[in-house]
Amino acid sequence: MAKPTKRQLQEWKQGYLFITPAVLVIGVFIGIAALFVVYLSFMKVNLFTDTYTFVKLDNYLRLFKDPTARKALTNSLTFSLIVVPSQTVIALVVASVLNGKIKGKYAFRTIYFLPTLTSSSALTLIFMFMFSVTGPINMFLIKMGILPVGEGINFLNNPSFALKVIMIMNIWSTVPQYTTMYLASLQDLPASLYEAASIDGANSFKKFMNVTVPYLKPITTYVLLTGIIGTLQMFDQAYIFSNGSGGPANSTLTVSLMVYRYAFGSNNAMGYASTIAIVLAVVIMAVSFLSEKLNASESLY
Amino acid sequence: MKPKKSLGRVMMYVILVAYAAVTLYPFLWMVAASFKPLREIVGGNMSLFSENMSFENYRTIFGHTSLFPRWFLNSLMVATVGTVINVFINSMAGYSLSRLRYPGRDKIYHGLLLLMMIPGQVLLIPNYLLLQQFGMLDSYSALILPAAANIANIFLMRQFFINFPRDVEEAAEIDGLSRYGVFFRIAMPLARPTIATTAIFGFMGFWNEFTKPMLYLKTNTKYTLTLGLQSFQSQNAGTMWNQVMAAACISVLPIIIIYLIFNKFFLVGLRMDGEK
Repeated sequence: MAKPTKRQLQEWKQGYLFITPAVLVIGVFIGIAALFVVYLSFMKVNLFTDTYTFVKLDNYLRLFKDPTARKALTNSLTFSLIVVPSQTVIALVVASVLNGKIKGKYAFRTIYFLPTLTSSSALTLIFMFMFSVTGPINMFLIKMGILPVGEGINFLNNPSFALKVIMIMNIWSTVPQYTTMYLASLQDLPASLYEAASIDGANSFKKFMNVTVPYLKPITTYVLLTGIIGTLQMFDQAYIFSNGSGGPANSTLTVSLMVYRYAFGSNNAMGYASTIAIVLAVVIMAVSFLSEKLNASESLY
Repeated sequence: MKPKKSLGRVMMYVILVAYAAVTLYPFLWMVAASFKPLREIVGGNMSLFSENMSFENYRTIFGHTSLFPRWFLNSLMVATVGTVINVFINSMAGYSLSRLRYPGRDKIYHGLLLLMMIPGQVLLIPNYLLLQQFGMLDSYSALILPAAANIANIFLMRQFFINFPRDVEEAAEIDGLSRYGVFFRIAMPLARPTIATTAIFGFMGFWNEFTKPMLYLKTNTKYTLTLGLQSFQSQNAGTMWNQVMAAACISVLPIIIIYLIFNKFFLVGLRMDGEK
């Protein structure tokens, strides 16, 4: 290799100088951290005595026998199973309508986007208030005659309702993000497709089902996978809702919340918590890998 | 033909207005409740307005004994400092990966691409232990330092600088600017729109972050707003919904103001997000 010129050396110097801060931060807090968490997953960690003991595959084997893990997995899967299709359908409908020739498009878009701006803690508190025993939702149900007077449902402390409230909240707060994805892709939908359908005598609903939905199929796959990744990682809303406990009766215990509880709760089981986090991460990475693949092949087309 | 068409249009507006109502309803309640006395809120009054509305709740949360103003300033400080540091580190890294040639550059690029795949969730435990080793727990550095660089934003900046015309740089060098001068005086100012997009989303990320402050901060005077809000709710035996809602209103306000001013950047940022 030829000896670099003075000018080239200066360029190298600037190159390394400019990349170093980023490499240091990312290297330590993502790179080393990732290796560290793998190491932890083979250890029994006692934070109080600061001792690490090698336990081979015990943490991984424990995962299969842990009833709490099963409960958390069931909760997370139920959550994904209901939230992901709902958010996708709502986003698809809202985006298609917004894409039509309508007045006040800008105003509607501005309003729809608001939940995305709100912190998870503010919006969880708003929903907890709305669903409290004497809150607006109960008052509405009583007024409509669905519930007897003075017998509001304790949505927050009732194990059969708590997770459902978080689902509603999550759908409400994530729809805007997916609506925007759909809108971006709808802008490229050729008008000729609609015209052809009009000539065939299709009405708005038929056009939506026969033109819009098939056209958006690739982006829908992407939205679904992104939704799965998002819901599997859901933490803040469940944490705030249950004040970190996953209660009532573990009904809001998601996988992420369980990781937190094992690692930072009284269990003092950071090694085991790392193992659960890794398994979750592997699932998420597999889903994102799949979504990248699909996305790449579709955009070629 | 005509009536059929207008029926479809009516349906469209029904959907649009209904969904706008669903979106706004919780916000309207938040605002309404923030002006009401507690007994009226828990008394189960269905109407948004009442004659008892006042600024009392706001006076309380901004009062002498309240930690709320501190939390607000803490969040403002962390989000501002964090965003400024991010803007410089990410722009410099993006520039380095696109405009400068040096050995190992492509390896670094591929390394970053690989690390971007790792979900943040799995890094919480090791980062907690690392920050503990560095003696940074319960300090703002714990919130800022690990988030001081962002791979997605580095790539966004790289993408911008790749398409940046080389003659602009050459002209500036002929005018006697050093290579560092070219970056800080020419390249970075020209990248303003892209930087603005990353800065807005970065600020919003810091402002709304909940998990990290919850794990890392212990002293309640150091809390950020999101954590403070949550503690408001969990500390008081019977939740003071009126104060919580006033606090929530104030916490959302800065982001909504930014959103209304910089609306176009939000759309750009989201499109890029969506299309990856």
